[in-house]
Amino acid sequence: MTITWENIKEGDIIPELKKNPGVSQLVKYAAGSGDFNPLHHDFNFFQAKAIGSIIVHGRFKYATLGECVSNWMGHVGHIKKISCQYRGMDFPDKEITCKGTIERKWEENGEKLVELSVWTENDEGKNTTPGSIIVSFNN
Amino acid sequence: MADNFEITEEMKAQIGWTSSPWSYEVTRTSVRAFARGVGYTDLVYYDVESARKAGYRDLPAPTTYLGTAIFIPGQSDDFLPFAPGSHPSVDHGLPGLLDGGTETEYFGDICAGDTLTCVNKLDDLFTKESKGLGTMLIMSSESTYTNQDGKVVAVQRSQAIFY
Repeated sequence: MTITWENIKEGDIIPELKKNPGVSQLVKYAAGSGDFNPLHHDFNFFQAKAIGSIIVHGRFKYATLGECVSNWMGHVGHIKKISCQYRGMDFPDKEITCKGTIERKWEENGEKLVELSVWTENDEGKNTTPGSIIVSFNN
Repeated sequence: MADNFEITEEMKAQIGWTSSPWSYEVTRTSVRAFARGVGYTDLVYYDVESARKAGYRDLPAPTTYLGTAIFIPGQSDDFLPFAPGSHPSVDHGLPGLLDGGTETEYFGDICAGDTLTCVNKLDDLFTKESKGLGTMLIMSSESTYTNQDGKVVAVQRSQAIFY
């Protein structure tokens, strides 16, 4: 079903998106983004040794928050602003769940806008990537 | 890890540093590779027909696409996705690097086939204390992307953490 701005209510929860990136997915992300920081694929890298593991790219999580909202919205609008902070490390082969709720819905200069609070949760339910996304709807 | 790290006057003098502009081509191949790296399953990021049916000019850049690498051997960092000359050399001597956060604001659409011109500015340098990592240096920067029609289509703000 297509989402319409009219039907969205503050407090609504959007469908969550589950990710479980293993080393192969992180390598694909490294190739796609060009971020070859060894901390994300080389267990022998000094920082990975100190941490005890390689870690998921912060920007992979940033991207999945965008994917989660894009999946929900379909193509009836576009993302105007997307931000997040990397507060906690995530590790390969651990489930990451992207979540989002509608914080605010308003009109400005004829634009139909929605602000979502978004975040990722690790497999222990801890919020490791709090963020915010503003969406503009065409319908 | 640094216990007594301080920002020197020399480092402070770099705040406001602005790069020369560089060219940033958004291509179908790069959009597909990025979408695959994230795991998008929506065909608009892979198939031109699907993208046009959904109302896009060409494959749209996924929402966090900006910041992907421009690599030139001998000029770019070997590991980090920074275009040559896009970042100031701040001589802080801290070996550890973590990403602090990212914000992207859009003023227009970006699709495969676009050539953007990008300029990066060092916005601020400050320190923060961390229990585990000691004194951290936070470097915040702002990249502005202008498209082939002269329109500013996006601004991306990033925070790098050195420790």
